Amino acid sequence: MKGLTGKQKLGWTVITIVVLLWALGPLLSILMTSFKASGDLNTGNFLPTNVVLDNYREIFAGSAQELFLPALRNSIGITLIATAIAVVLATLCAYAIARLDFPGKRLVLVSALGVSMFPVISIVTPLFNLWRTIGLYDTWPGLIIPYLSLTLPISIYTLAAYFQQIPWDLERAAQVDGATTFEAFRKVIVPLAMPGVFTTAIIAFFIAWNDFVYGISLTSTAGARPVPAALAFFTGASQFEEPTGAISAAAIIVTIPIVIIVVLFQRQIVSGLTQGAVKG
Amino acid sequence: MLAAPAFLVMIAVTVYPIVQAFFDSLFSYRLTAPDERAFVGLGNYGVLLSDALFWRGLGVTVLITVVTVAVELVLGFLLALVMHNAATRLRGLLRTAILVPYGTITVVSAFAWFFAFDINTGFINSWFSWLPGIDETFNWFGSAAPALVVIMASEIWKTTPFISLLLLAGLAQVPGELTEAARVDGGTRWEVTRRVVLPNMKAAIMVAVLFRALDAFRIFDNVFIMTNGAYGTEVLSLLAYRTSIGRLEIGMGSAISVVLFLCVIGIAVLAIRGFRVDLASGEGR
Amino acid sequence: MATIEIQNLVKKYDDGFPAVNDVSLDIADGEFVILVGPSGCGKSTLLRMIVGLEDITEGELLIDGKRVNEVAPRDRNLSMVFQNYALYPHLTVYENIAFPMRLSKNKLPEEELEQRVRRASRMLGLDEHLERKPGNLSGGQRQRVAMGRAIVRNADAFLFDEPLSNLDAKLRGQMRTQIAQLQRQLGITSVYVTHDQTEAMTLGDRVAVLKKGRLQQVASPRELYEQPVNLFVAGFIGSPSMNFLPAREAEGRLETPIGTLEVPEGVLAAARGKDLVLLGVRPEYFEDMEFVDEALVPHGSRLTATPSHTEWLGNEQYGYIGYEKDPQVAQVLDELAKDLDQDELPPQVVVTLNSASRIRGGTEAQLWVDTRKIHVFDVGTGENLTRDAEKGAELTRQAGEDRARELAAAAETAEAATAGE
Repeated sequence: MKGLTGKQKLGWTVITIVVLLWALGPLLSILMTSFKASGDLNTGNFLPTNVVLDNYREIFAGSAQELFLPALRNSIGITLIATAIAVVLATLCAYAIARLDFPGKRLVLVSALGVSMFPVISIVTPLFNLWRTIGLYDTWPGLIIPYLSLTLPISIYTLAAYFQQIPWDLERAAQVDGATTFEAFRKVIVPLAMPGVFTTAIIAFFIAWNDFVYGISLTSTAGARPVPAALAFFTGASQFEEPTGAISAAAIIVTIPIVIIVVLFQRQIVSGLTQGAVKG
Repeated sequence: MLAAPAFLVMIAVTVYPIVQAFFDSLFSYRLTAPDERAFVGLGNYGVLLSDALFWRGLGVTVLITVVTVAVELVLGFLLALVMHNAATRLRGLLRTAILVPYGTITVVSAFAWFFAFDINTGFINSWFSWLPGIDETFNWFGSAAPALVVIMASEIWKTTPFISLLLLAGLAQVPGELTEAARVDGGTRWEVTRRVVLPNMKAAIMVAVLFRALDAFRIFDNVFIMTNGAYGTEVLSLLAYRTSIGRLEIGMGSAISVVLFLCVIGIAVLAIRGFRVDLASGEGR
Repeated sequence: MATIEIQNLVKKYDDGFPAVNDVSLDIADGEFVILVGPSGCGKSTLLRMIVGLEDITEGELLIDGKRVNEVAPRDRNLSMVFQNYALYPHLTVYENIAFPMRLSKNKLPEEELEQRVRRASRMLGLDEHLERKPGNLSGGQRQRVAMGRAIVRNADAFLFDEPLSNLDAKLRGQMRTQIAQLQRQLGITSVYVTHDQTEAMTLGDRVAVLKKGRLQQVASPRELYEQPVNLFVAGFIGSPSMNFLPAREAEGRLETPIGTLEVPEGVLAAARGKDLVLLGVRPEYFEDMEFVDEALVPHGSRLTATPSHTEWLGNEQYGYIGYEKDPQVAQVLDELAKDLDQDELPPQVVVTLNSASRIRGGTEAQLWVDTRKIHVFDVGTGENLTRDAEKGAELTRQAGEDRARELAAAAETAEAATAGE
């Protein structure tokens, strides 16, 4: 901290509080809602009268578990697989872009950019039709493949930006020092590239985890439906009881991993997000 | 050839479907009656362009795009300024805080805002009942204007962090010497910002606007959750979804998809032309 | 036009480290003052405090007699040339120069603005480049644009922050001349920060030498060179640097590692009664005995030494004579080296020889050293024991006179030029 005067300190405190409230307020509100008993929901108060865990019991053990638990499993499985595939493919692609000079290098980058701008909904209709025909509708691969259209472009961009910063001469230096090609790659390049790959994985995970359009369009049962889509279907779960509490609890559960990742890897996420975009 | 798999996958999951969509859009084709499939040429587009619902959806989409991007630019820039000037430790805290909305699932954000404003479960009405026009019985989701306000608010909340991080990176690229020189030259804080800082972060602003405009144009999740398009809040994506997935009218749905796609291309071209920045030059400038 | 008074200025950072420590300096109207010192001596910080980019922790800063400690940079009416020029990349050269006058504070009518920009561009030879963007200019041109932006505003004073450090040696020489002429022409108060002593010596009316945030000496370049106050100033000013030799007084002579020197009474007196002193001998006080004028010989002392090697530079040559390190002064010299931003001061004497000298490394040589100008420094305090304050003041006074004459001549030329137009 620079030598701040009392007035400046107060100013920064106020600014910090405002930003924190703005950033975390809506989540706090849904967190509070998730702790409310069903009779407590419509009081118009921010805080629950009594903190109860009924809603969490509901989604993990109660009537909503059939909707939530498979969805959670689907979300985790599909998102992780899609992230892994995207990162592997993007790593190869970005390596080629950063290291090799080949015709079409620009084409790859431009099309990555183009794909990242694609309106998801435009792809959904034909995919919906096609998946029904070839039997991918309502399956894990049926979601993993379109998720790649979301995660691949940004992964390529982020990684290409990272890889262009790696001092590739080190690889040659290591070889001059007596390392084999593979050793040079493994001992010099991999450690340098890992942070970038890791960051890219986080961002790709966020994007896949966030998907809703594919989730509701290309699934119909608990077999493949991810959490965001399932949340929308909570609405009709019971005619007499509003599913607000259950939705809130489920929303909190799927937000927890996000918060943990953000807190742990704040710096990497920021550098990854901005590198891909600003350098691109 | 290392780039090939990624490239092919990207093309396969985007170019193929869009071509397919264009093809489908030339037919009158319902999944409920697959045998009645018939070639209608550009007929679907004719129907679409003469449909008030479509124009209304387009209008709402454009409105949401313009308003959210404009508000996000201002908010994002302010936030970027705050982070830029904050001491290192505070900056870390602020960045962590704003990454939470960025990472939050859009659907979760939509529910959070929805529950907060909802006439039954919300606390907003009771908190802000002192404002004229707001009381316990005000239904935010009962008509287009207030519903759109909440939809846009949740969109802005979720995506401002992204813009602000891009702008922060842009700010960091403006050499400190430039702003110092402008201060010595006699510039007020505002003059320094407007005449020196902003022109020098044009690239970052352009990237932020482009990315966000395209993203906002595809808005779907929030609207689906909050109003499902009721009371005149229908956006193009939702229209396409309901036509093809809901009513299984693949032909018409594809036509909407193609129009949406063309709009997005149009925005991208306009933005790139407007800012005259070469986006695709892979090398860092 | 303005005077700048710096009174006991202190800049402390949060860790309590004083980057500028109790510096006082009065800068007269129209004077060209150089702040010089090794990196980290606080010279740039001091400049930034004057211009207002750095807060003042303690002390007073007066411009034209008015206290400006809390005045914002934009209200101080100073102009500054930055190390990297700080040209606005999105504006043309014309707009860069016009920039200060486009701001609300110095807003001018369009004709007047154009007139001023044109005048500045003519002065600096930028006429052909007005429509170009800074990105397409060479280093020297950028430097001139930065100067142009500084002069259009009729500021009270110019501040320069190492403005030539990014140019190559040749261009640096040219720009140095241009800055000097411009300053004479405009007669404007200027403060110039540099770590380059050639710039300091050639440009400055007075030079302020700083070390670790503290002012060591403020004087004309000649006074600094001939009458330095301490080891640091003596070692910093001059290239190659002054040689520092440990010496002991014995039987009316001084014993040094390279031989025993006959010195004048003044020098001897300074060393008398002390166990050990440091002799400051500039390389050019030495000469090959062969080339010493007969009349001069009695003013110096003869030496026999074996240089390890010599370097021939055309106009002169350097000889290097190594000697045994004296542990008693090792610590002092190591510390001095650190202050001067050097790794170490090797135990060797550098001597300047006539370029025709046939002295070569490895063979014994007859040398002569002019002992009149030798300085004696206290090993403990580094203080110059032979400094003649009066002589020094006289040198600075003379410099002032020369300067006034030069200004008057410049004014006359300018008047003649206007009359002739």
